[in-house]
Amino acid sequence: MGWTLLILLVVLTVVHGNPTVMVRTGSGPTVGFDQHPNSVPLGEDIQTTTEGESEVVEEVMTTGVLNPSHYPARRAATVVQHYLNTRYGSPYRWIFLSTVHSGSAEDVAEMGRKYQLELTMQEMISNVSGQCSAELFFPGGEGQSAPQVQASCEGLHQSNTTAQEEAFYQQHRASNNLVSGNNIPDSYGHMEPSMKPFWQLGGVASSFIMLRESNESTLYNMAQVANFTQLETEKDQLRFNYHVLLHEMISQEIIHWKLLVTWSPEQGVQVLQTELQPKCHHCEAPPNTTN
Amino acid sequence: MCVSMYSAVWSREETTERNYYTRYHNMSEITAWMEQMKRENPDVVSSMVYGQTYERRNITLLKIGLSSTVRKKAIWMDCGIHAREWIAPAFCQYFVREILRTYKTDTKVNEMMKNLDFYITPVLNVDGYIYSWHNESTRLWRKSRSPGTGGCTCYGTDLNRNFYANWGMVGVSTDCCSETYCGTKALSESEAWAVTDMLGKMREDILAFLTIHSYSQLILVPYGHPNISAPNYDELMEVGLGAAKAIKAVHGMDYTVGTSPDVLYANSGSSRDFARLIGIPLSFTFELRDKGEHGFELPEDQIQPTCEEAYAGAQHIITYTHDKAFYSYAATVTATLWTTLLAAWVSSAILLTIICMYKQVK
Repeated sequence: MGWTLLILLVVLTVVHGNPTVMVRTGSGPTVGFDQHPNSVPLGEDIQTTTEGESEVVEEVMTTGVLNPSHYPARRAATVVQHYLNTRYGSPYRWIFLSTVHSGSAEDVAEMGRKYQLELTMQEMISNVSGQCSAELFFPGGEGQSAPQVQASCEGLHQSNTTAQEEAFYQQHRASNNLVSGNNIPDSYGHMEPSMKPFWQLGGVASSFIMLRESNESTLYNMAQVANFTQLETEKDQLRFNYHVLLHEMISQEIIHWKLLVTWSPEQGVQVLQTELQPKCHHCEAPPNTTN
Repeated sequence: MCVSMYSAVWSREETTERNYYTRYHNMSEITAWMEQMKRENPDVVSSMVYGQTYERRNITLLKIGLSSTVRKKAIWMDCGIHAREWIAPAFCQYFVREILRTYKTDTKVNEMMKNLDFYITPVLNVDGYIYSWHNESTRLWRKSRSPGTGGCTCYGTDLNRNFYANWGMVGVSTDCCSETYCGTKALSESEAWAVTDMLGKMREDILAFLTIHSYSQLILVPYGHPNISAPNYDELMEVGLGAAKAIKAVHGMDYTVGTSPDVLYANSGSSRDFARLIGIPLSFTFELRDKGEHGFELPEDQIQPTCEEAYAGAQHIITYTHDKAFYSYAATVTATLWTTLLAAWVSSAILLTIICMYKQVK
């Protein structure tokens, strides 16, 4: 009798307390590998159009208050950056977006969209920051029209570049020693210190194109100065031919432009001519030598 | 012979110097470095060739972890899916060096090496990476190196649009000359197929998936399609924001966290999305420095600080992943044991009471 009870006790313990430990690997339902990975959870609505071309999902434009860390505010803020460089940039003043604080967007009946932004911009050489308020207007419609920007900034002009700019101007004004350079920065991100102001000037000059070409579906940066050549000084303006590579983030394309650029401390940067270089498709074939 | 001996000695010395990890390295250097990591750490490092590129080169990963008799959980990291993003392979190299350097002395890294295996692919798009090293005019190549089809003379498919994850739906181009060309069909590219195959085999074991890119200073969570949310979106955001905070603590750099359609652009066919779709709960894309000043051509003097901050971010995610799996595991075991003991105690108490009562009655 006692033995029976003892066995019963042991059996009860063992049967009840068999530890089945499972490592939790995440909450929620997981899609099995045998289930079609392209399957969409029920209830989700996707608008798709079956066209042969690129984007097949309609992008809904955000209106009202914008999230400062989301792309609509950031793309618009980058356009303001390009605008500020066309107005204030020089070989010693190059402005970049630092932070988007707030923004809003609204449709302007059948004409386009208007953005309002509060930003911090930073001048890269002196590290001086400034607060900016900006309004920009992206025209709608068929024609590719440049955005219109108005911006006022506090503090950005504190960097005193006059002495450096003047020295640079005097150094290169005489036409007996015309400068040129290429691959700035190089593949490793390096550049000779003497090339740095030409890189910055290239960035500012690129801003004219980047501003002109921008819309709500683009985000431009200058990837590299492929080459530049100084031309004879004319009308007290330093003159250069620039070949720049622009990186457009949304399409991920590298776009080649040739620019005719002038600069002087008084007149600032001007871009007199721009020429889009076609993408070289036959350049893509594998090289003869392999690594 | 003397020259080749000299260059062999020079390479060995080079890789032990601190400044090896502050320079970019071409594919043959990275391959030699992988061999060296195995040679110097034979008990914790092995390699695995898990696929071939279009040009028939090996796609190799390093498997790093303390050896174990039981099957281990895994962390996946790949770098260099886009050829021009040179800072990414540099980070993979840095990450490997860092865990190998610290696992013997750092108790947390040691614990993670014991419980996990790290599967790290320093360069996924080997063909594209080699092509980007060819000369200055190829430096900004992005895609694979497979030739176009159907009369299109351009080369390459965007590997990060080629995965079987809402393939071809948004943020892609069907023009083979485009940088976001998604390929003739999902997994048309052998490189994407290699990752898919490995992830499929290891699906049960992979706890976190990290894919490293540049530039923009972002941490992206699934999905790239604007109308689809990951079931654990809140968890992904919380962990991602924690990683961004850890990054900022290192050198003050801001990394923005969000889904790709929120903070960058909509896209489909990404490896990150595929990983989440097959059930890997924590799947992130890192976009490293900078924000456009240098872009893809990040100066070498920024390699070290970029790697330091990215390491802190990655470690935050990996630590969370590890602790969730192993401290929860321990908690479950402990709870089950306590329940068992309690049940046994209660059962025996009841039985003894019955016995006593029975004896009394008798």
